[in-house]
Amino acid sequence: MAVERIYVFKRFERFWHWAQATLIILMLITGFEVHGAYNLLGFEQAANYHSILAWALVGLWVFAIFWHFTTGEWKQYIPTTEKIVAMVRFYSTGIFKGAPHPFRPTVLRKHNPLQRLAYLGVLLLIGPLLWLTGWLYLFYGSWQAWGLSDYLSLEWVAFFHTAGAFMMLAFLIGHVYLTTTGHTPTAHIRAMITGWEEVD
Amino acid sequence: MRLKCLILSGLAGMLFAAGQAATAWPDIQTATVATNSTADHTRFKALQGPFASGEAVTQTCLECHTEAAKQVMATRHWTWDYVNPVTGQHLGKKTMLNSFCIADRSNEAFCNACHVGYGWKDDQFDFSSEKNVDCLVCHNTGQYAKIPGLAGHPAYQRMEYPPHSGKFIEAVDLPKVARHIGKTSRATCGACHFYGGGGDGVKHGDLDSSLKNPDRQLDVHMGEDGGNFTCATCHQTEGHRIAGSRVAPTAADPHGAILRGEKAGHDPATCAACHKAGSYRIAGSRAASTAADSHDTLLSGEKISRNPATCQACHGDQPHQPGLGAGLMGTLALGDRLNAHTRTLACQTCHIPAFARGGVPTKMVWDWSTAGTLDANGKPFQKKDERGRVIFDSKKGDFRLGENVEPDYVWFNGKVDYTLKSDRIDPSHTVQINTFHGDAGDPDARIWPVKRFRGKQPYDLEYLTLLVPHTATPDDTALWFNFDWDKALAAGTAAAGQPYSGKYGFVETEMLWPITHMVAPGEQALGCAECHSRSGRLNDIQGVYLPSRDNNKWLDVAGWTLALLTLIGVLIHGGIRILTRKKGG
Repeated sequence: MAVERIYVFKRFERFWHWAQATLIILMLITGFEVHGAYNLLGFEQAANYHSILAWALVGLWVFAIFWHFTTGEWKQYIPTTEKIVAMVRFYSTGIFKGAPHPFRPTVLRKHNPLQRLAYLGVLLLIGPLLWLTGWLYLFYGSWQAWGLSDYLSLEWVAFFHTAGAFMMLAFLIGHVYLTTTGHTPTAHIRAMITGWEEVD
Repeated sequence: MRLKCLILSGLAGMLFAAGQAATAWPDIQTATVATNSTADHTRFKALQGPFASGEAVTQTCLECHTEAAKQVMATRHWTWDYVNPVTGQHLGKKTMLNSFCIADRSNEAFCNACHVGYGWKDDQFDFSSEKNVDCLVCHNTGQYAKIPGLAGHPAYQRMEYPPHSGKFIEAVDLPKVARHIGKTSRATCGACHFYGGGGDGVKHGDLDSSLKNPDRQLDVHMGEDGGNFTCATCHQTEGHRIAGSRVAPTAADPHGAILRGEKAGHDPATCAACHKAGSYRIAGSRAASTAADSHDTLLSGEKISRNPATCQACHGDQPHQPGLGAGLMGTLALGDRLNAHTRTLACQTCHIPAFARGGVPTKMVWDWSTAGTLDANGKPFQKKDERGRVIFDSKKGDFRLGENVEPDYVWFNGKVDYTLKSDRIDPSHTVQINTFHGDAGDPDARIWPVKRFRGKQPYDLEYLTLLVPHTATPDDTALWFNFDWDKALAAGTAAAGQPYSGKYGFVETEMLWPITHMVAPGEQALGCAECHSRSGRLNDIQGVYLPSRDNNKWLDVAGWTLALLTLIGVLIHGGIRILTRKKGG
């Protein structure tokens, strides 16, 4: 079967992806240390880096949001039920039998329906949960000035922030694994580096 | 005369390690002490003497300083009395008990060597007589000391002290001391406050003779190579009213800085006098406006509403240098993160990593129940530790000493209750001699470092009250001369006006002392992980979420399970893919 190559990930998108991946992984490492899970950098440095990484991620997101809206790429995350059953069947049985991938990416629809759902979940659930609670955490010193002290407790802010972090960790594990499910194990990863996806 | 003999003989072997007991007088400071005073007291004819007594000196002082005695007599240094405005409790040394020497009643001639007066040896002392005020004890520049046992007087004649010790105290040269008076100093305040509880460093833990000439490592403010502060630099005094007290402390002071002078030769009328004093920097405009406020506060004594002895009085309540964005970026910078802690922590909590750091140990435990134990020959004896420090004395019982002690930490809003001699206790539990109030939700409360002093002291088995023993002044009943608790308690309680059944036991007690001196240089402040860890200094502090110490166990179990199951899931999935591919291949 001839292999066709399409340019799915543009330069900024790839930069965004890898920068964000790096930041999120480092934030997981420092964040769980702040949480007390282990001792790696020491609490002070872990908290310090976690705050710096948070602001770096804010900066990255300002650009990413701008990019998504100006390019219309945000539409890539609109959920669809089309082929979703086929996708589930592929991952649960077809993939073991060498069945063809039921989804064929195009420049306009580069994510399969499960990816759409997963990324939308990250964007609308895990992300905001971490953002909101992280923001409150970062501005803990201003709660009183903002009149929030009576309504918030650090314990619950930390609870939801940690909950978000666990979900992000689970997503990361699944996401990294699923990158190996292209027509070759490294096809998806190569696409995210070069921008060119090989399509069967 | 007989009384005097008794007193002198009784002083033998007293464990008063104070500088007072030294045989040589401390040096007097050279003639014109650097006070920039407009009066050179060495040239005053009235101070040429001779003076028969301390009272005579006071009367001479009062000829010019007409209001001085009245001012002193209005203070707790004189009255030893204080009514807690919140609880109505009568506090002050006259009333309170502690777990060190317990109480001054019946021991006045000894204990009240630290009263700012002359002659308080029993309940007949005249609190209204101006000549009884001791000006010299606070204003001397050396060669003056009140001798325990002499009811607030210095030694007017050469005397062997302690008796039969072969050591002698020279008679005080009152005219010379009077001519060389000056401002209060670490030495004059310390002559009493360093020696509370019966010896150097015994009581407070953060106040001992090492602060007389400290370096900045021990106390960054008082250090001679640091700020060289005197006590009064912080405990700023107006009309002899001295700011700051453990009886009525300020636990939280969430305000900007107020202006004060500085000793190191700067012009105290400028903002820079305060703001250049340390490495901290306070944002320009806000600091300036706050300082302007304080002109009012400090220049008119009547208007003092804030305690000028707090850390915040100089440093403000946001003392750490803010980082990038100055707060707009939350707690991005360390300075902002630390400033966010000021709502929860007292400054002292991080900046005094340990107390009793100057080489003088403090008493951490005092067990009175073994006092009175004599050796095989029926003689009193002492036991010393490997460093030659007394850890048992037949007079006082067993001690445990501490140096470089890590404080305990408690929520504290400045309100303290005391167990008084009239209060019923529950001997089945440790009796709290004082109780620090406040909790996490209280806007006035901060987490404070404290010395937790443990003791065992006598109580009445029937009335269930703590008992006042007669200990220190030599007679037929005092514990330290007769080693007989029955007699000592009968005499002590009678003098204290306390009912006593005649049956006594010993109960465990605990007393808290706020730690606020011996502030270390900034670089020695506690690191984050001292508290932000699973077993840190604040392990017992409730009501606050402490990242790294605290977590929700259910969430952690659920979260790690989720991550682990995901991992197992993808490994199985990947494993099957590898297996099936081989089969297919």
